[in-house]
Amino acid sequence: MTDVQLGMPQLPAPDYPAEVRARLEADAEEVIARYPDSRSALLPLLHLVQSEEGHVTRTGVRFCAEVLGLTTAEVTAVATFYTMYRRKPSGDYQVGVCTNTLCAVMGGDAIFEALQRHLGVGNGETTEDGKITLEHIECNAACDYAPVVMVNWEFFDNQTVDSAERMVDDLRAGRTVEPTRGAPLCTFKETARILAGFPDARPGAVEASGSAGPASLVGLRLAKGEAAPGRVVSPRSADFPPDEQASGRVAEEGE
Amino acid sequence: MTVTVERGESSPEKLLAPVLSSFWDESQSWTMETYLRHDGYEGMRRALAMAPDDVIALVKDSGLRGRGGAGFPTGMKWQFIPQGDGKPHYLVVNADESEPGTCKDIPLLFANPHALIEGMVIACHAIRSQHAFIYLRGEVVPVLRRLHEAVREAYEAGYLGKADARRQKLGLADLPDLEITVHAGAGAYICGEETALLDSLEGRRGQPRLRPPFPAVAGLYACPTVVNNVESIASVPAILTKGNEWFRSMGSEKSPGFTLYSLSGHVAAPGQYEGPLGITLRQLLDMSGGIRPGHRLKFWTPGGSSTPLLTEEHLDVPLDYEGVGAAGSMLGTKALQCFDETTCVVRAVTRWTEFYAHESCGKCTPCREGTYWLVQLLRDIEAGKGRMEDLAKLADIADNINGKSFCALGDGAASPIFSSLKYFKEEYEQHITGGGCPFDPAKSTVWADDPSSTHLGVTA
Repeated sequence: MTDVQLGMPQLPAPDYPAEVRARLEADAEEVIARYPDSRSALLPLLHLVQSEEGHVTRTGVRFCAEVLGLTTAEVTAVATFYTMYRRKPSGDYQVGVCTNTLCAVMGGDAIFEALQRHLGVGNGETTEDGKITLEHIECNAACDYAPVVMVNWEFFDNQTVDSAERMVDDLRAGRTVEPTRGAPLCTFKETARILAGFPDARPGAVEASGSAGPASLVGLRLAKGEAAPGRVVSPRSADFPPDEQASGRVAEEGE
Repeated sequence: MTVTVERGESSPEKLLAPVLSSFWDESQSWTMETYLRHDGYEGMRRALAMAPDDVIALVKDSGLRGRGGAGFPTGMKWQFIPQGDGKPHYLVVNADESEPGTCKDIPLLFANPHALIEGMVIACHAIRSQHAFIYLRGEVVPVLRRLHEAVREAYEAGYLGKADARRQKLGLADLPDLEITVHAGAGAYICGEETALLDSLEGRRGQPRLRPPFPAVAGLYACPTVVNNVESIASVPAILTKGNEWFRSMGSEKSPGFTLYSLSGHVAAPGQYEGPLGITLRQLLDMSGGIRPGHRLKFWTPGGSSTPLLTEEHLDVPLDYEGVGAAGSMLGTKALQCFDETTCVVRAVTRWTEFYAHESCGKCTPCREGTYWLVQLLRDIEAGKGRMEDLAKLADIADNINGKSFCALGDGAASPIFSSLKYFKEEYEQHITGGGCPFDPAKSTVWADDPSSTHLGVTA
């Protein structure tokens, strides 16, 4: 169920330490400069403060209010409207299982139930080691790859119960995990910084996982006469096994 | 009906027409270098050499209609922008793709972001805008990375940036500044509604505005604003390069051109299929292997969960604006979610309704309260605790949401209720008389028919 937190954060909120504040102010200036009206920078700035502390704290709210000339009430009203802003400390990896109708029917419900059992946490809860926050998410525009799991908003396509359990095990063990579409995982805080509008500077991050996923190419291949009609495309076909490669490598490392 | 789609034709080479997706299979398809090898930015060069009004006229004459769901003519939207009003004009691209089932803009932007950037440069020239925004839903970081990179490349090439740099790089004397800001949202389906999107882009809660005034008159910062879907704008460069005759050679008189169809669910080959408007689901299934082996189609959506459900009897409906409308639904986003006979329609509709209740912004009473009560009734019915009179109550509540809400989210929430009651009332009744759901959800999963499939992918 939705975690309803009523009531305003306790005031006055403490400020950031001076050096953090100076660094964030420089970032904020850059963000604000992208817009004709400073208030438009509020959503990216909330991503920015989330990249500092992992969730939107009352200090973060105060910071946004001060740099934009808004009240903390105005900022809180916005921060509580959008689901991507966390309101309590959470894990390094946000594992979101799509349980909207199509993914749910195709196996998302089974995956979400299995992960809750496997990790011993419920929706919106974090594992004791602070690594994983599990939640169910809404449609993430990848229905042709159902069932879909998102980790820090990178795509893990065509998941099964086994592949999802293995993936969270790898995350908790600190092994490198690569999505089927997207770049090798960074932490939730680092992801939030990209969302604030600061491009991912890691070499290879933009190129990672290739031009398009296999389902995106099905029609094109048919139009070019490359695939015979009636071929059942297995989500785990040998053509595009990035997560199998990942798991294979993980297994080698693990043994 | 349609010009190029022949009834009974099933050859994919003849039925499909990849344009936006034509080079997604190349390595590094998202780069400027690849895009330029495929006539990239050629349409921009032609457009910039034309008077802005001529560009608007050309796009209007092409017959291009909005690909985000409503199907409003793109050129006409541009024409509504008042000229000589002394106010800044804005172009805002709606990349908040969140409608359940819809999955076209995200793969498009991942594999070919420059088609959008080029379309934006053309549109900004036409409507005399010097600042455009891409409002991308936040939950797709891989796409955000490629948009950041594509915009950076476009600045470097001089397609974007300060007037001086653009004039010099493009060799044209009379170019203004042009900025593109990539803006990541923060998780809210309602922001796909254009006026809610504008409020969100202004740094507020994403709630829809009363119209009129329409965005063309008072949009972003109360200035004239065009809000277009990603696919609509990305389709413009090809129109400029290849011309209206080519564009109109596809589709029908009222629904011309090519588009991305997204096939998903219990089908043999889910994915993106780009072809002329007016293709049928039967043709798409015939060419791609049909429904998964051993099963048959039960119900499907033509354009996401907000478009009324269709069934097997609608397999030959031309998938264009008029054809789907005549069948009692809407083309929407061409998100063809297919469900086979293992799927419980009550479960499917309950889940969609939970989504609408979760995403209702709370601004207007019919949607906020109505979706809440629909969920309560549906959960009871699904759990076998429903009563026969609940079915009339469902229809009554849906009727009080539909057309009486502030924005289209409410209408969308009512669609699966009405259409499922129309085609599958017996199944609702079965849940009530039988005291529960007669379906086994395990049979609907992708791995249901393959006992070894839960172990697929384990290579260790």
